[in-house]
Amino acid sequence: MLDRALSGSQRYWMWIVFLLALMGIGFGCYLYQFKVGLKITGMGRDVSWGFYIAQFTYLVGVAASGVMVVLPYYLHDYKAFGRVTILGEFLAVAAVTMCGLFIFVDLGYPLRILNLFLYPTPNSILFWDAIVLNVYLLLNIFIGWNVLAAERKGVPYGKVIKTLIYISIPWAFSIHTVTAFLYAGLPGRHYWLTAIMAARFLASAFCSGPALLILVCLIVKRVTSFDPGREQIRTLGSIVAYAMILNVFFFLLELFTAFYSQIPGHMHTFQFLFFGLEGHGRLVPWMWTATVFTVISLVLLIVPSTRRSENTLAVACASVFIATWIDKGLGLVIGGFTPNPFERVTDYWPTTPEVLITIGVWATGFFVLTILYKIATSVKEEVAA
Amino acid sequence: MGVDRREFLKVVGLSAFIGLGGKTAFELLAPGDVEAQLEAVPIMKGNRWAMVIDMLAMDEEVMDKCIEACHREHNVPDFGETKEAIFWIWKEEYEHAFPGQQHEYIAEEVKHNKFLLLCNHCTNPPCVRVCPTKATFKREDGVVMMDQHRCIGCRFCMAGCPFGVRNFNWGDPRKAPKELNPDFPTNPQYPTRSKGVVEKCTFCAERLAKGLLPVCVEAANAMKEDVMFFGDLADPDSNVRRVLRKHYTIRRKPELGSEPNLFFIV
Repeated sequence: MLDRALSGSQRYWMWIVFLLALMGIGFGCYLYQFKVGLKITGMGRDVSWGFYIAQFTYLVGVAASGVMVVLPYYLHDYKAFGRVTILGEFLAVAAVTMCGLFIFVDLGYPLRILNLFLYPTPNSILFWDAIVLNVYLLLNIFIGWNVLAAERKGVPYGKVIKTLIYISIPWAFSIHTVTAFLYAGLPGRHYWLTAIMAARFLASAFCSGPALLILVCLIVKRVTSFDPGREQIRTLGSIVAYAMILNVFFFLLELFTAFYSQIPGHMHTFQFLFFGLEGHGRLVPWMWTATVFTVISLVLLIVPSTRRSENTLAVACASVFIATWIDKGLGLVIGGFTPNPFERVTDYWPTTPEVLITIGVWATGFFVLTILYKIATSVKEEVAA
Repeated sequence: MGVDRREFLKVVGLSAFIGLGGKTAFELLAPGDVEAQLEAVPIMKGNRWAMVIDMLAMDEEVMDKCIEACHREHNVPDFGETKEAIFWIWKEEYEHAFPGQQHEYIAEEVKHNKFLLLCNHCTNPPCVRVCPTKATFKREDGVVMMDQHRCIGCRFCMAGCPFGVRNFNWGDPRKAPKELNPDFPTNPQYPTRSKGVVEKCTFCAERLAKGLLPVCVEAANAMKEDVMFFGDLADPDSNVRRVLRKHYTIRRKPELGSEPNLFFIV
């Protein structure tokens, strides 16, 4: 089926070349980082994780959200999603690929990455995260590919695949839970040390992932002759609405605990993010931007008519995507390190090479996504014809 | 003890045959010798190494000496006051070393009082808990140790440590600015590190192995007697237990349950 990716319109090839160019630039910057060290990034002894780990965390959510189309179809027999489960699974493959790359580019000594498996350490959450993510990647590649191949041949897929699909559903929840545990178990990092972290992660995953999926479906509908379906997009819209409401609700719970208890350590990061602390307020405009987009998305998602119209739904989904990306892709990691253990504030901002490497990884993810979606939609077009 | 080749091989062969090695082989060659050597350096037998710093006697001059001694001993490069900075031991103001303890009416000089900080070698270290490769680990004698040849540079330990004692080599330490490090590496007996790995104080594990005190303690006590104490907390008669019984001491963030083994007499 891979050959489907080798024939396409001029627009398809232009998009591929564009992505390859971004990947090339990112790779060049990575070679520079590999040679000189992570000092080329904005990270330092106080904010020791930055943009890379933040993107990783965000994308684990996107990967996990594939389950939002798989679960209704397989567990609730919601037939309409049969058309789009493959898109959810392939989105997960692309997202986990990016996760792995973001971890890799963040390592100080990447050549030793196999030490993770050569010296397995069950007390480290990072060890478990590596396991659940890799298994999730394999599950989705295997399931997606086999289901698609069966669809092409017009035969039902085998029992093994069906079993794996059932395994993949709780597995999707596990990847984002374990990723939340990376943060939620660290003493002395007040912003992260919260029991609701995993729940927050899942809520933001289940709104941002399906929001991205809706946007991608709308693009697929426009550039291919495969239509993911009106009902499918509408149901996904409802999922995004519920998950976004939950996401905001969980965030408000955090605010209540911090500001009603008035414990300084619990309030500091929120003050830093939304108002600035000790004159450092680089993230303030970003967090308020996220707030504005959150409000826009909530209005558009809650009002039935705007949620059902594809144009306004697209705006709502883009708003969800931006708001959750700022919350998790900037605020979560930088905020967690601020203030530092000495209650000092150190500014962090990604450098140009760091941003270019990040864009390179995103481009790689979209490259994988494009190839996989090209194959999937070609097969679907073929079957329909 | 004069042992010729023939006798040596005989003893080694015999030891190997009955499944013994190391100390036992010595035992056959020279009974009691090894014991006597170990006895002579009781410092090698710690179960829970700890450090007590007497802040009443400590002054900045002594602290500077400690820092210099440590950083020269361990080839810790000076990056100045940058985000790349690496330090195994350093001075920190009271309000920052013990955040949450200060109040607005505290005397200015107390607020800005400098404390000497280093790794706490916690009994329940979060950095060890989070390390995915066991590159940082807890030794039986209590030292929280680093294996820089195994570290992958994920920096999870830096997020895990609530005390900010861990350092990452953001660049090649051998390329640290020359004007700040004219004679780097300062100690050819100690390895320099590569870029991309984490490092920190090891309670001078290499010196403990030789029965020597950590270099900071040695430097401090050479200037001022009994300003720093190093010993075994597990031994009720040790020097550290004695001073802890006698004085009121504080530790950094004890509420987090990591059980720091660095105490300050205040």
